[in-house]
Amino acid sequence: MLRFKIEKAPAPVWFRTLIPFIAIVVTFIVTSVFIIWAKANPFTAYYYFLIAPLSNPVSAIEVLVKGTPLLLTGAAVTFAFASGYYNIGAEGQLLAGAIAAAGLGMVLGPLPALLNIPIMLIGGFAAGMLWALIPALLKVKLAVDEVVTTLLMNTIILFFISWLLNGYWRDPVSHQPQSATIAPSTVFPKLVVHSRLHLGFIVAVLVIIIIYFVIKRTALGLQMRSVGLGKDAARFAGVKVGTTMLIAALVSGGIAGLAGVGEVAGIHFHLISQISPGYGYTGIIAATLGGLNPLGVGLAALFIGLIDTGAQTVSSAMSIPIYLGNVVEATLLLVTLSMFVLQNYRIKRV
Amino acid sequence: MDTFLIGLAAATLRVATPLIFGTLGELFCERAGILNLGIEGTMLFGAFVGFAAAGATGSLWLGLLAAILAGMLSGLLMGFLSVRLGVNQHVSGLGITLLLTGLSYFSYRLISGEKALQPTITPFDPIRLFGNLPVLGPIFEQYLLTYLAILLVPLAWLVLFRTNFGLKMRAVGENPEAADAAGVNVYHTRYLALAIGGGLMATGGAFLSLAQMGTFTFGFINGRGWVCIALIIFGNWEPFRLLGGALLFGLVFALQLRLQSTGLQLPYEVFLALPYLVTILVLAIAGRNTAAPSAMLKPYRRE
Amino acid sequence: MVAIEMKGITKRFGPVTANNQVDFRLEQGEIHALLGENGAGKTTLMRILYGLYSADQGQIFVNGQRAHIVSPKDAIGLGIGMVTQHFTLVPTLTVAENAVLGYIKSFGVNPHSIQLDVKAAADRYGIEVRPSALIRHLSVGERQRVEILKSLYRNARVLILDEPTAVLVPQEVDVLFETLNRLRADGMSIIFISHKLYEVMTICDRITVLQDGHVVGTVKKTDTSQTELATMMVGRETFGVSRQGERPQGEPLLLIDNLCANDPKGFPALKGVSLEVHTGEILGVAGVSGNGQSELSKVLAGTLRSTSGQVTVASENLTCRDPDCFTAARVGRIPEDRHEGMVGELTVAENLALENLGEFIHNGLLDQKKIMAHAEKLIAEYQIKASPNDHTRILSGGNMQKVILARVLSRSPRVVIASQPTRGLDVGATEYVRSKLLEQRDRGAAVLLISEDLDEVLALSDRIAVIYEGRIVGILTAKDATVTKLGLMMTGAREAEHAAIQN
Repeated sequence: MLRFKIEKAPAPVWFRTLIPFIAIVVTFIVTSVFIIWAKANPFTAYYYFLIAPLSNPVSAIEVLVKGTPLLLTGAAVTFAFASGYYNIGAEGQLLAGAIAAAGLGMVLGPLPALLNIPIMLIGGFAAGMLWALIPALLKVKLAVDEVVTTLLMNTIILFFISWLLNGYWRDPVSHQPQSATIAPSTVFPKLVVHSRLHLGFIVAVLVIIIIYFVIKRTALGLQMRSVGLGKDAARFAGVKVGTTMLIAALVSGGIAGLAGVGEVAGIHFHLISQISPGYGYTGIIAATLGGLNPLGVGLAALFIGLIDTGAQTVSSAMSIPIYLGNVVEATLLLVTLSMFVLQNYRIKRV
Repeated sequence: MDTFLIGLAAATLRVATPLIFGTLGELFCERAGILNLGIEGTMLFGAFVGFAAAGATGSLWLGLLAAILAGMLSGLLMGFLSVRLGVNQHVSGLGITLLLTGLSYFSYRLISGEKALQPTITPFDPIRLFGNLPVLGPIFEQYLLTYLAILLVPLAWLVLFRTNFGLKMRAVGENPEAADAAGVNVYHTRYLALAIGGGLMATGGAFLSLAQMGTFTFGFINGRGWVCIALIIFGNWEPFRLLGGALLFGLVFALQLRLQSTGLQLPYEVFLALPYLVTILVLAIAGRNTAAPSAMLKPYRRE
Repeated sequence: MVAIEMKGITKRFGPVTANNQVDFRLEQGEIHALLGENGAGKTTLMRILYGLYSADQGQIFVNGQRAHIVSPKDAIGLGIGMVTQHFTLVPTLTVAENAVLGYIKSFGVNPHSIQLDVKAAADRYGIEVRPSALIRHLSVGERQRVEILKSLYRNARVLILDEPTAVLVPQEVDVLFETLNRLRADGMSIIFISHKLYEVMTICDRITVLQDGHVVGTVKKTDTSQTELATMMVGRETFGVSRQGERPQGEPLLLIDNLCANDPKGFPALKGVSLEVHTGEILGVAGVSGNGQSELSKVLAGTLRSTSGQVTVASENLTCRDPDCFTAARVGRIPEDRHEGMVGELTVAENLALENLGEFIHNGLLDQKKIMAHAEKLIAEYQIKASPNDHTRILSGGNMQKVILARVLSRSPRVVIASQPTRGLDVGATEYVRSKLLEQRDRGAAVLLISEDLDEVLALSDRIAVIYEGRIVGILTAKDATVTKLGLMMTGAREAEHAAIQN
């Protein structure tokens, strides 16, 4: 009889790449429980979740629309984490970018679109960087935990938005707590007519490709990885650990800011307080599922976009509450996290 | 003016109640060395479970019990992830918040359907402690859970500083190697602390649905979980200072609500943002010298 | 009456025999020293007694009864307590709380009553503690007394102290000795692990000397002298440095002047180290571990800031500079801990390039071809059994060390700082590393070798310095180095006795 022993050694590579897929399967098995509770057939539900959205062009494009902000926040979290920095503040940095876009959108009207779009992007990136600055400095200089500080910053900016929208930026036309509509020359052009797919999608894909290159092919990327994988050894080799982490954190904030620009300039065209239903946090799920590898994260972000779209389909076709999407995503996160622990163990024949 | 102040005082106690429960719950977790970011989700889950159970059984107390059990389960899940598996505490806590939030809304929708009118239950009645006395009477017309919350503060202090379990908890949160060497079971202690913490957090949420509002709705907790995290830092991990912080926050919140209704044009968001800003300041100034349990965020592995 | 008897204890860790048929007897009411260098087997033996390891062969008798000790719980149950250099105390709890933690079974804990309890136990043994004080407010000496008290509170009759004076200042050492004398008067039996001769001679009744895993001898204090003990501890058959004749001394290149630095706990570890390393020589720094070698190595690597003093290479001041400045000044550094020098999850090629990334950039991107070529060249040259894309963490210790050597030595450094370069390596790898260091010396580099392996220092050095308690207590040329002289310096013999030997 064959006997096995579990030992603490890195698992084979093929297993590690399979983990996200195994996690997806396990997640769907677990969440079937809730589908059954809703008196529905799990297989039908998963059809509507995963297949139906891709089966017609309109909803397939919607998947890309929903995936756009996730590509960016996922990229942001991944970039920071390459250096060992947990950027939980992507949500707040996204909102900072949205504020910048809404503000610029109100004043850049007279200028041509060719000039405005880059300005919006740069402005949003800068705003995201700015909002990431304080937690990053506190971490690098004073070793203050960046997760708590970024969480606090997320909440603070929500109040700031509320103050803006109820005061200075209250729409003079509709008197609703929303900002004035941005000028037409600042709106992101649509990529496909009669759809919601906008320039932001291209920006997002480009960002994913760029951070892939930076992390894998540049000196900065190698230094970042060395800091994230072995801070002491990196310091020994002469890498400036603090500076590297700071750069990673700030760029991460900027990327998240771009997500906010996309939502304002491409989808809503003004600032509202619910402009982000937690994209910053869902980005963390995408980053984890993608194994913190930019290309994997890109796929994961699109997959979650699929789940989001699917949740809508499921909800209308089978009267299952749309929140099933959130449940699936969160379960996916926890299952993936648990399974990644397994990659430190190996089964050996005794 | 008198009625304003009295109303303010009463409102302060009400607003502070879920914060006290949540903060004490998180305190147990953190003192044992676990940063439990699942608090936001656990409070919401407690609110929902309490509401649903009360509605199903017709008994508010059963509802409360169900909420506490739900909270304990949440704590044990956090324990499984961060203690047993050693998963990163930040992300597992956030994952639990996302999961329990989604679960609560999903279940609520399922139970209540898409009706326009929200289902309600008959909530607890407030209890007058001081009868018809002029000042104390109206101030201390609070729900039982509020009085319980206030009593829990010295109780938590006693458990933490005067019981064997509290001693083990503090040791495990500061130096688990030393505790292990002394024969304390680090894993069991952390599990128990998380379970207690989860139960407390859920009670805080249940207070909102079973007592204050008598209903459940979306956006119920609205970031109060994160306030609790901030309050612990603000209160330097000590029960009585936490009470002070919770009351202070309650006061500020109740005050700005009242000022809004008087029509005064104040940037009330500034008041609301204040506790968070101050907490960041506290972190910056204290840096590494806070009373934060030293072993927090590090999974313990016996080599 | 024999309190503890250990018969024929043998313990192997892989190919290394840490204890080889060791016989040890502890009489009741005596303070018995275990003396030896690093790797002699003293700590291993005591860890077996305390249940942290189990012996491969041999038996243990406690008070005449055969004992099976498989965990510290068993040892504590038999009345054996151990105090190590790493205190297991919770800083935010009081002395009394630390003493009772995990031991009392009651539900409630009344601070007043446990403090009285603990004070009573302390008074019984004459140990000075303040039961209500928080550990983090206590000095190191007081903390150590609390550690001792913990064992006494659990009714220990045998106390094992592992290098207890390593962390104490002289005044605290006196207080410790008073405490130990009182305990002995009370009938306690104490095992005192140390490498510090004058302390051993002051406090202990009998001394057992270990070398290389076997017992060299057991003597009564009154029957021996520091000199004899030093010789027993350090003496070896093949003593003699194989030097290829005298070399003319080159110019001083690495200058270390009055260097002071603190250990991770904030206590002074280097207390004014001054050294000069000349071109074309290997200066070996010998010493028992824990005398500041770690801190010296880290300061010279640029990963620890010195609190005062200077480090200069030629005319360049490298005091308190970052590691990249050292590399730029052509100082090659081999770290004490391989894992602090290599990022395990990066590839061999990446690690080889990491110290000098600037040279591998082309058009803003990393020149992968150049990095690969560089790696392949070094792998061939240094006979590394790995391919460029292997993650370094899967490499054997020897190969990892070769990667570090390759990274450092391929740049023709003018100064080489080698810290514990062959620690944990097999015979083949050890030979290789040593030959490489000699090569560098012959090339004209100034090599500083910090090693706790005395054989290594003897085999490689042109001059030998001895570090003790954070200071250099003597520098000898290879020709003048004798067992006795080195042994005495490494164990802190008093100046008077030392001077007597010189004559």
